[in-house]
Amino acid sequence: MEHFLRALVRRRPIAAAAVAVLAVIVLAAVLAPVLALPAPDRFDMSARLAPPSLAHPFGTDNFGRDVLSRVVYSARVSLLIGLGVMVVSTAAGTLAGLAAGYYRRIDGPAMRVLDGLMSFPAILLAIALVAALGVGARNEIIAIALVYFPRTARIVRASTLTLKQRAFVEAAVALGEGDRRILTVHILRNALTPLIVQSTFVFAEAILADAALSFLGLGVRPPTPTWGNMLDDAHIYIETAPWFVVFPGVAIVLTVLSLNLVGDAVRDLADPYAVAGRRARAARDRRLSRAVPKPAQE
Amino acid sequence: MLRFLGRRVLATVPALLGVYTLVFFVLHVLPSDPALLISEGSASESQLESLRHEYGLDRPLWRQYADELGALLRGRLGRSIRYGEPVSRLIRSFLPATLELALVGLGIAVVLGIALGTLAALRPHGWIDNLSTIAALSGVSIPSFWLGLMLIFVFSLSLGWLPVTTGTSWQQLIMPAVTLGLYSTGVISRLARSSLVQTLQLEYVVTARAKGLPPHAVVLRHALRNSLIPVVTIIGVELGNLLSGTVVVETVFARPGLGRLIVDSITYRDYPALQAALLVAACGYVLANALVDVSYCYLDPRIRDAQASYG
Repeated sequence: MEHFLRALVRRRPIAAAAVAVLAVIVLAAVLAPVLALPAPDRFDMSARLAPPSLAHPFGTDNFGRDVLSRVVYSARVSLLIGLGVMVVSTAAGTLAGLAAGYYRRIDGPAMRVLDGLMSFPAILLAIALVAALGVGARNEIIAIALVYFPRTARIVRASTLTLKQRAFVEAAVALGEGDRRILTVHILRNALTPLIVQSTFVFAEAILADAALSFLGLGVRPPTPTWGNMLDDAHIYIETAPWFVVFPGVAIVLTVLSLNLVGDAVRDLADPYAVAGRRARAARDRRLSRAVPKPAQE
Repeated sequence: MLRFLGRRVLATVPALLGVYTLVFFVLHVLPSDPALLISEGSASESQLESLRHEYGLDRPLWRQYADELGALLRGRLGRSIRYGEPVSRLIRSFLPATLELALVGLGIAVVLGIALGTLAALRPHGWIDNLSTIAALSGVSIPSFWLGLMLIFVFSLSLGWLPVTTGTSWQQLIMPAVTLGLYSTGVISRLARSSLVQTLQLEYVVTARAKGLPPHAVVLRHALRNSLIPVVTIIGVELGNLLSGTVVVETVFARPGLGRLIVDSITYRDYPALQAALLVAACGYVLANALVDVSYCYLDPRIRDAQASYG
């Protein structure tokens, strides 16, 4: 982990900054109850739609509630939904991908079903699923996870198909190791990097999908604040209280952008071709520095 | 060629059947009772029974599936609960606005995306390349509804350049189309850049340069056209995404389109309209991809010849 963070700071400073932004957002969400913030549901009709000030750095909403406090408390719900989607879709996608990649008989039918799910536009499928299941955080997590797990399954299947042919897996089969051990110890452990990268992208997509569903009135219902339902409440006040619209949106953009940057950086740092290229360049530089000695200092 | 077209049209039939099956099962099989959802949980058991009978929900599932599919093939999409008129008529009145928005959004994305991608490929790691990277990352990170609200705030309310009201004039189409097209602009520009960078290194491009052709002729006449095949693929996918993206954008800009019909149908528990609108939007996605496959034949003679030899 320390090695990864050091490599991130050295080779991808923007991604390292994204990790810091994510850390701040997660810490603020976790520590929200102990931060010196007004209660997110405290009404103050005398301070209705007040612009940003020292008392309310992000201004107030249509009920005089503190926007900064609501943005921070929304992070708890939105991040939990994103995390829930990431866990469910990664678990389901990993199981489906391992089974499809390892067992030839399951592969064909499983892939047809997954292709069918992927051929349906993501947001429409999420809307249809929420419409059928009913609104609420749990149903939203199930709906969004169902939309994104086929992509994870495809990635795990591709890794499984490649790893299945490798000598160490064939050796494990020859040694009589059980399928469960081969799949978990030998295949899954070696397929973790693309899975982690995909998980960060699913997390980011889930936050966007949650925001869109909440904005359409199909996500978590008020008074529980989420970034999406804050924007749903705020959009009619865009002319009179733009801060009410700007800050929840900035929170979404910062979180999603940071997750995408971190995902990109993990992919690049762990990419075997990129790693091989970097090692080749470093070796060439070393050879060059040996072949061309530095001029002696006068 | 005609045989290929026929085969491609036939290949969409199972895909369309799959889309119908998915929509049907999502709305009929998941652990919810459509009658309960239609009545918003306020009806008595006898009222629920009559609702189930009225919408044919008391029939066996396979029968509902077959009957609805039969009606669909005859062009009957049922009657809207909210509007009380045939859903096919509703779709006919809502679809043009959505198509207009999606096509203009796609036009903006294609023109801007290819232009940005081409300029970025000519000077890799230059400022235009960095700008196109930022556009691509922003496209996937900014929620479209928030972008729409920000555009309204800046260009309508602050600068007064564009009207905020909905209507049929081209000025009223600009902001929704830009909102819808930004995501695709980023995707297309990155793909156009990487494809053109690879093409510019091929030997025939070096030959064209060695012949003394001016740089713009090398890029526009020789390299760009050949680098567009992967871009065309993604344009088909993006057209599908744009059609589904209208759900959010039409809500932000209060445009009466298919996306708005989908959201309103959920709000008013109008299941026949919801099912039909979802079907039409998803079919648009399938057909857009089929159209891309056909367009390959026009763009790349190698694919055309291969199809002809298989046929």
